[in-house]
Amino acid sequence: MKHVSRTSFFLILAAILLLAGCSTATPAPASAPAPETPAASEAKPSTDSQNKEIVLATTTSTQDSGLLDAILPAFESKTGIKVKVVAVGTGQAIKLGEDGNADVLLVHSRPAEDQFVEQGFGVDAYDVMYNQFYIVGPESDPAGVKNAKTAEEALQKIAEKQATFISRGDDSGTDKKEKSIWKNAGITPSGSWYLSSGQGMGDTLQMADEKNAYTLTDEATFLSRKLGLAVLMQGDKALLNPYGIIKVKSTGKPELADELISFFVGEEGQKMIGEFGKDKYGKGLFVPDAKKR
Amino acid sequence: MGLPTEVLEVIWLSLQVTTTAVFIGALIGIPAGALLGLYSFPGRRLAVTIVYTLMGLPPVLIGVIVYLLLSKYGPLGSLELLFTPEAMVIAQVVLVSPILAGLTLSAVQAKERTYSETAKSLGATPSQLVWTIVKESRKGIWAGVAAAYGRAISEVGAVMLVGGNIEHHTRVMTTAIILETRMGHYETGLYLGLVLLLISFVFNSFLMMGVLEQINAKRRKM
Amino acid sequence: MPQLHLKHLHVAIEKKSILTIEQMSLACGKIYGIVGPSGSGKSTLLRVVNLLQKPLTGTMNYWGEEVDLASLSHAKALAIQRQMAFVAQQPVMFHTSVFDNVAMGLRYRKLDRKTIRERVSEALQLVDLADRIHQQAATLSGGEAQRVALARAIVLNPRLLLLDEPTASLDPANVSIFEQVIKGIHQQRGTTIMIVTHNLPQAKRLADHCLFVHKGRIVESADTSTFFDQPQSQELADFISGRMIY
Repeated sequence: MKHVSRTSFFLILAAILLLAGCSTATPAPASAPAPETPAASEAKPSTDSQNKEIVLATTTSTQDSGLLDAILPAFESKTGIKVKVVAVGTGQAIKLGEDGNADVLLVHSRPAEDQFVEQGFGVDAYDVMYNQFYIVGPESDPAGVKNAKTAEEALQKIAEKQATFISRGDDSGTDKKEKSIWKNAGITPSGSWYLSSGQGMGDTLQMADEKNAYTLTDEATFLSRKLGLAVLMQGDKALLNPYGIIKVKSTGKPELADELISFFVGEEGQKMIGEFGKDKYGKGLFVPDAKKR
Repeated sequence: MGLPTEVLEVIWLSLQVTTTAVFIGALIGIPAGALLGLYSFPGRRLAVTIVYTLMGLPPVLIGVIVYLLLSKYGPLGSLELLFTPEAMVIAQVVLVSPILAGLTLSAVQAKERTYSETAKSLGATPSQLVWTIVKESRKGIWAGVAAAYGRAISEVGAVMLVGGNIEHHTRVMTTAIILETRMGHYETGLYLGLVLLLISFVFNSFLMMGVLEQINAKRRKM
Repeated sequence: MPQLHLKHLHVAIEKKSILTIEQMSLACGKIYGIVGPSGSGKSTLLRVVNLLQKPLTGTMNYWGEEVDLASLSHAKALAIQRQMAFVAQQPVMFHTSVFDNVAMGLRYRKLDRKTIRERVSEALQLVDLADRIHQQAATLSGGEAQRVALARAIVLNPRLLLLDEPTASLDPANVSIFEQVIKGIHQQRGTTIMIVTHNLPQAKRLADHCLFVHKGRIVESADTSTFFDQPQSQELADFISGRMIY
């Protein structure tokens, strides 16, 4: 092991030497956003407000489930504001906000959202809706997750049996939720049965199906895929998944951002969110519960 | 991520997968390209067109096809190869074989006109003729190997699909870069990208050195 | 008994007639000079004899073996090809050492390493390039490369040596070495040689017998002194005197 880390040290050294040339040229996007952003926002507004475009950074789940496709056209036709959706992991979505590359965030990781607001990157945070997480797995349920009473107990059973579990491992909201349940269950999952896919929910579900494995999934993505996996655990309080919408403080178009947020938390938007998926799955995929934080 | 051993593991897997794939691809592509370049037979022009078309095959499409073949519900599902390094090797072999065949084809064709008559009049059998021209075209063929290697190691769509980007198992440099970027770790992504660039540079330098070495070694004997 | 006999030879490329020879015989152990203006079909004749170009019709009797040139099997062609050697106007050097270039034909014939080494160094001595044996062939001068090409041909001990304007692009010093080697080989081994040239003094110096090829036909064939001193046809007379414009 020692040798390995030594070699790697040299490798990194080599890379850093290479990096040294670039890093001075690239403005470090992570650090010091506050002093930079006002200048950036001043440069933009005139052209942007004419274009009436806004960037919404959100998680893959809202796009993959079809929710945004279902409700955004109504907003766009009503206000004439074009919403450009960047669907990424929660980690990247928040990063996009920090770097001033998005105007509004629609994400689902409460601790990360709170931190984002506390650090002064975001304002006007609202709860928008929540959906459920499921623990899904093969119909045969080798670990006996069906008999568990709580999500923690379910994961404990999986760990005991060393049944294959696929984690997204991409720092997304779903990934963070999964990690927090493991933590509450007092388990640090590791070993060949615990795989980290590093991919989105859809791909991870596909992989779980291929490998007869368990995984934690949001309801919307799961229902939108036709797979051989069964829902083995649902309804536990730990499996609720609240979404928040936050205005990026450094946005150059605060008015447009406000319009989008009020649409999501307003009566019309909330109704559409509640209706979404009823025709297709027999029940709504998201439960609207707008309130100011 | 961030731990050097993990980075090293990802780099090592990238090298293993791509080297294996290029090696297998060379065993398929170089002879195929040489035959297409030096022999005429019915359907040759069609075959050449197909090879050149396949050279431009989008990696993601290769990924989808290999995925469907290896999927649990696919025709080769029983082999249980999906989401393994072997699956990534298969996808990359499909990616690099046409490249190697096509570049070998044009390399030998460039030499064919001048050298094949000389070899023939020296009494070469058809197989000796092919071997002589292939040796004579080695520079062009090496360039093809370098191009194939660079294409394979920097490819992301197909390996993501069929490998699955599983940590400690099928995560390679390109899929790691995607993941780091999605998590907002742009610096780590950039850092991995630079390592990838460094590997490409070192690999191409070795190839160039190998070609030069061949010439110099013989000169020194004088 | 002639050692090389061509009959009813007709070569055409895309319906354009290139070369027509009703009959041609070469005796063993002589040097034949083939002269004529550019584009007359001299080189084509050599390529056909070397089996590099297929005629429309024609038979060849090669040291007693009769073959139909228009439909020749690979194996038979190879067997005959391996009893002759060819030197083209521009030397084609493979990108490897001088030794490997000269050894190539012997390796094709699967001779053992020791024999190959001996014969290659002998051949290189003949062309006075023994000291270049390990040099890269690509780094040779034009004249040296042509001499290596000659060594590569004579190392095969061919019955018939075909030379296609071999000294056309050489300087006088190299021309002289080249001609001496050819004479030496001919005297030592009794090799039959066909040399295409438009250098008439060279034909005079080397050849026992000359053929005049003009517009795809052999117009005249005679031993060298008769050929130059008493040309029978007007064309040859014009050609020798330099009056023929081509």
